[in-house]
Amino acid sequence: MLEKFMNMDRRIIFLLIALVVIIPTLIPVRMPITVSEPTQKLYNYIDTLPSGSTIMIAFDYGPSSLAEPEPMAKAVMQHCFSKGVKVIGMTLYPNTPTLAHKLMRKIAAENNAVYGEDYTFLGYRPGTLQVILGMGTNIASVFETDYEKTPITEIPMMENITNYDQIALLLDLAAGSSTEAWIVYANTRYGLKIGAGVTAVIIAQMYPYLQTGQLIGLMPGYLGAAEYEKLLNAPGDGTVGLNTASYAHLLIIGLVVLGNIAFFIHRRREA
Amino acid sequence: MIATIGIWVAAFLTLCIYSFLYRDNPFYRFAEHLFVGISVGYGIVIAIHQGIIPLAWEPLSEAMRALWTVIRGQATLETINALWGLIKIIPIAIGLLFFARLSPRHTWLIRYPIAILIGFGAGIAIPNVLQANIFAQTRGTIEPFAAINAGTLSTLDIFGAILIVIGVICTLTYFFFSVEHRGPINWLSKVGIAFLMIGFGAAFGNTVMGRLALMIHRVSFLINDWIGIIS
Repeated sequence: MLEKFMNMDRRIIFLLIALVVIIPTLIPVRMPITVSEPTQKLYNYIDTLPSGSTIMIAFDYGPSSLAEPEPMAKAVMQHCFSKGVKVIGMTLYPNTPTLAHKLMRKIAAENNAVYGEDYTFLGYRPGTLQVILGMGTNIASVFETDYEKTPITEIPMMENITNYDQIALLLDLAAGSSTEAWIVYANTRYGLKIGAGVTAVIIAQMYPYLQTGQLIGLMPGYLGAAEYEKLLNAPGDGTVGLNTASYAHLLIIGLVVLGNIAFFIHRRREA
Repeated sequence: MIATIGIWVAAFLTLCIYSFLYRDNPFYRFAEHLFVGISVGYGIVIAIHQGIIPLAWEPLSEAMRALWTVIRGQATLETINALWGLIKIIPIAIGLLFFARLSPRHTWLIRYPIAILIGFGAGIAIPNVLQANIFAQTRGTIEPFAAINAGTLSTLDIFGAILIVIGVICTLTYFFFSVEHRGPINWLSKVGIAFLMIGFGAAFGNTVMGRLALMIHRVSFLINDWIGIIS
């Protein structure tokens, strides 16, 4: 029995994982969600911004990692539009402009936001460092036009925005190391307030910045998206994803525990 | 109709990729190569349209037009201002030196753009990285003790602050190889290993969570979008 378990075909585990993901997707059972402090801090910061303020969202993820940041983007933009906070979108990733532009358009349409007045999308410019530093001096020197080729000087909401001094928050929705670049160059050099919504893979790297206040808030993966949706009282993709993930996590925890028990029994027998 | 075709293509490619879980096969390889090719191609097109054209081609061609106007003696204040675009010739020329690599006789020219990049990168990174990752982090480790002294931290926060200091000292001790790890140093480094293991465990748990999120997203797409249009 033990030998069989130790030599189990890995495809059985794949099958079990597939089942615990498919079944809750078909028959959703809600798990309770409690809001953690990092997400609450980010929500509170945006919630207390006066109407007419502007935040910048950096869509720093690619098509292969959009599962977690997209629900966060939806929730935050919904929050901003409901509060009258304007949103500037941009990306440091070359594969993201179309994706982010389409997403902004969709969320804006759902919230009756007007392009150029309530939100705009600047697109992508090459050179992470040069883009971050350049916008600190003058946004128009990096993005002379927006993604739709409209000169930035002709976009009404950009009228009084020159650089980071007029941006209340930079929210980096990241699947890589971009948040660290924003902290190191935009926060340290220009004092821009940074918030982040990151994929679960890089959460651990973000906590030191949260503890020092270099990040004003953090949405960790599906959990962060689900928590933000709970604060908005608008369950969405994050809530659905987190519910499904919870069952898969329970299975993996069970498999890790069983695997360790089997390993120690096996080692004792061999000794 | 186009959206439906898109959903079918996406579903087919998703299933191709997941077929690898059973074993390596031509469908998986086809999808993998297609993804790599399309990503690179799309990235290049975006870099040209969002980078080279607006930042180099358009300002430079505008400046050249202005220069032509000036040469013909029809200069206005606007055209003279547009002449400033000619300054872009300098960074463009330096950037083009990267292509010197293609000619064995002129390969040495690549040293100049690389030297500029390294000089700029190091100059801008060193003070900012030190400030953000060393000074701010050190302050963040020590600062809570001022709050403890002022009596503004809860018991749990005090425990957290002490734990952070112990973690930092012990982990740094583990990586301090100038002294032999014996006696108290050995114990400190062992505690450091424990902190590192907890860190690795947290990173592994988060990685599992992240990978599952990707799978959930794909399964949700297959069930809601693809099977949705079939049924």
